[in-house]
Amino acid sequence: MKWSIGIDIGSVSTKGVLYNGQVWHSEVISTGWSPSQAGKEVLERLLLTHGLTRDQIQIVVGTGYGRIQEGMFDKTFSEITCHARGSSYLLPEACGFIDIGGQDSKVVALAKTGKVRDFVLNDKCAAGTGRFLQVTAQTMGLEVSQLSDLAREANSVAINSMCAVFAESEVIGLLAQGISKSCIIAGLLQSIAKRIGVMAGKLNFQGCIIFCGGVAQNQVLKGLLSKEIGCKLFVPPKPQSIGALGAAILGYDLIKEEE
Amino acid sequence: MRAQTMAYFDQLIPSGMLLAKEAKEQGRNIVGYYCVFSPIELIEAAGAIPVGLCATKQEPIAEAEKVLPRNLCPLVKSSYGFAVSGKCPFFHFSDLVLAETTCDGKKKMYELLAEHKPMIVLDIPNSSNFEDNQEHWIKQVYRAKAYFEKNLGTEITEEKLADVIKIYNEERKLLMELVSLNKQHPTPISGTDLLKVMWGRSFQFKRDEFTAKVKELIAELKDMAARGESASQVSSKRILVTGCPTGVGQEKVMRIIEESGGAIVLQESCSGIKAFVDLVSEEMDPFEALADKYSKTPCSCVSPNKRRLELLSRLVEEYRIDGVVDITLQACHTYNIESYSVKEHLKKKHNLPLLQVETDYSDADSQQIKLRVDAFLEML
Repeated sequence: MKWSIGIDIGSVSTKGVLYNGQVWHSEVISTGWSPSQAGKEVLERLLLTHGLTRDQIQIVVGTGYGRIQEGMFDKTFSEITCHARGSSYLLPEACGFIDIGGQDSKVVALAKTGKVRDFVLNDKCAAGTGRFLQVTAQTMGLEVSQLSDLAREANSVAINSMCAVFAESEVIGLLAQGISKSCIIAGLLQSIAKRIGVMAGKLNFQGCIIFCGGVAQNQVLKGLLSKEIGCKLFVPPKPQSIGALGAAILGYDLIKEEE
Repeated sequence: MRAQTMAYFDQLIPSGMLLAKEAKEQGRNIVGYYCVFSPIELIEAAGAIPVGLCATKQEPIAEAEKVLPRNLCPLVKSSYGFAVSGKCPFFHFSDLVLAETTCDGKKKMYELLAEHKPMIVLDIPNSSNFEDNQEHWIKQVYRAKAYFEKNLGTEITEEKLADVIKIYNEERKLLMELVSLNKQHPTPISGTDLLKVMWGRSFQFKRDEFTAKVKELIAELKDMAARGESASQVSSKRILVTGCPTGVGQEKVMRIIEESGGAIVLQESCSGIKAFVDLVSEEMDPFEALADKYSKTPCSCVSPNKRRLELLSRLVEEYRIDGVVDITLQACHTYNIESYSVKEHLKKKHNLPLLQVETDYSDADSQQIKLRVDAFLEML
């Protein structure tokens, strides 16, 4: 049996996927301050859990902002290419994917072949990312994981600042006016959906889109985004690990090519 | 593999500084300029030395922001900062400046810069289809002629100008011959080296020496190609760079493209072939010929700017381009807006993808640019 491993070292968490052409297993850990340490740790965990040794893995592919670690990977690909591969593997008819991660958001259009057709990134500031949600949630003494449930039934209040720093002050102002946390959260999610909607508008989507990255676990945001873009969104199992999955599959493709 | 002759071009700008100093000591006149729209043949024909002015480094921007707004194109800020801080020797040694009304940022900046150096600002029409475009340009050429004659105490005769036009045309042909070596695959010369030659041209005013070195470089590159040596790999994707000027000192994006395995075949922008691809007619009246050539500069400051699309169409076919990277500077409205038209044009007419990279002169966004470039190259 041939095995490949994909490792996606992100700004917040590091994801690893073990793949053998049929099934895949994933691990997610927090990146912490050392991306190379996180990469090593996730690799060891995958091996340990599945009773494998490094020698039994034909290829280790790196992606994510930590992919530049010297000597750690046999091959690297950008996270855009990896997410594309992972997305088309899980849903071959997907016409694109939206990945909202800890520090950036990516909207990518896929060709019928599953290859990247075009992409729009927001990675120069925290606006509309997991970080933005985290900062504003903290202001209200909440955890990111609580946001979806709280916002479910609420009417959203307009949030105008997309900058994570300014949005924090705006949220404090709204709280001072006595606006409920639920309405503020609904407003925050709406503002993210609008922003991603504008990015998606540049790519003319027609069909089903994969929604991945840690923020995809937020069900309310999924609904808002789907309405904003006018397309059906599909959140895969383990949405955080799609990049690592893609990396593992790309690695596996390379092993097969060599044979 | 890199041509040894490149060592000369590596030193072009520093040695140009010394030449400028020597020329001043010998009592020669120097006229500085910033833009590809500047009809610099007039300066040469007036017996003065035309020299490019510094505009492409991050360093003097902080100085410029004492006066100029932060949210302004880095090229405009850098030009002003270099000039007023005394860090651009070419500005320092210039007697006059030949400026132009291109983008809003530049023309308002020139109002402030005029406090520091005598200058003529050519009035460049914004509309490419303005009925009186040609006449207007001819008037501007004569206006510049009169200005130089008065301020440099000389006469620009038809004969002198015709001679300079001939020399400059030969140089243009030679530079295009150099660029066209990159029609081969893999490319014999890297994009950053081509930039050094083409950008460096404005700072070297011994025309004979420069052209002799370009000839040497061409010969060396041909030999290298014959031996199978090249600047890129067979697997490298062929990239055309367009957009805002990317001068020496701000090669960030180009370097990332090359380090990520892309082959920059040529630059369409002002720092690339834009000034050299079209010749000045040697058949017409020389003053009118200058007006004719420079009025057709395919810059995003003019509207509509169909010539840029036509030029790109020609280049992507001739140079068998796989993908286009549009480098636009933050707050450069004209190039940023035009990026959409260029992208649509390339997609519809040539089925070619375009990656727009919006950036400034700082290195803060290198990792983000690398991600875009990697994904773009993997996509091709």
